[in-house]
Amino acid sequence: MTRALLFAPLIAFAAIAAWFAVGLRQDPSRIPSVLIDQPLPTFTLPAIEGRDNPLSSEYVKGEVALINVFASWCIPCAIEHPVLMQIAEDEDILIAGINWKEKPGDGAAWLARLGDPYDFIGDDADGRVAIDFGVTGAPETFVVDRKGRIRLKQVGPITEQIWEQDIRPVVRRLQAEE
Amino acid sequence: MMRLLIIIVALFASSAFAVEPDEVLDDPALEQRALDISRNLRCVVCQSQSIDDSDAPLARDMRLIVRERLVAGDTDTEVYAYLVARYGDYVLLKPPVQPNTYFLWAAPALILLAAGGGAWVFLKQVRKSASGDDDGEEVEPSS
Repeated sequence: MTRALLFAPLIAFAAIAAWFAVGLRQDPSRIPSVLIDQPLPTFTLPAIEGRDNPLSSEYVKGEVALINVFASWCIPCAIEHPVLMQIAEDEDILIAGINWKEKPGDGAAWLARLGDPYDFIGDDADGRVAIDFGVTGAPETFVVDRKGRIRLKQVGPITEQIWEQDIRPVVRRLQAEE
Repeated sequence: MMRLLIIIVALFASSAFAVEPDEVLDDPALEQRALDISRNLRCVVCQSQSIDDSDAPLARDMRLIVRERLVAGDTDTEVYAYLVARYGDYVLLKPPVQPNTYFLWAAPALILLAAGGGAWVFLKQVRKSASGDDDGEEVEPSS
């Protein structure tokens, strides 16, 4: 019995080491969203300067939608942009944009240069709506179901691979739902 | 002398906070509450800083929200709840005591107990062999 106890510290160390080995491999910037399966925050945003398609939470109700938080000052957003353009072309899905903390005119100029995948764009100049969405940085994308609930949150740019593996299957499933 | 002065000044310097003059509330009591709350809220971009310490634009937005909620008459608990509803418990720098954190909070005591228990068994063993009795018979430690 006491001989077995000799090994207790070693076993405890091994257990802690294994725990840390798993924990340290996790990406600390991945924070699970508390908004998953929660209703979309209620908001109304004006159109960005140079556009006339403002965004309200009412506009995305009843449809499976992507709500994408973007800004012209955000470098990863430019990486994500072609993928969004492709989604807008290929898919029957509503894409709404929240233009986050943008100077007037910059968002429209950026879209004029790169193309515009958005059905609606809201101007969130003071970042208040982004906080209602629990946004920590741009880009972030929310998949909303027909009942207006947030079902998936993508932090960081949607790449082709992320779209095909993680997001599109969810979108398809939600579109098949009544 | 100059060097001494610099050291003294450095010793008494309080840490600089990121709060900008235009954010400060007119009511000093309310501003103090805003500061206390801000120190307990995590800047979700920088992660290891409070929103009171951080210069990140999002931290500024959150400081402004804290002040706005306080001016609107929220209690401290309501202000925390407002941000937790959006960012989760993660936004609190001090994890709340609740079922999924019981182990976290109990861990120091459990580790102390385990280590103390181990030390006790070890010391008992040492005493036993020191008294020359190895046949497993219980020996009362001499007091």
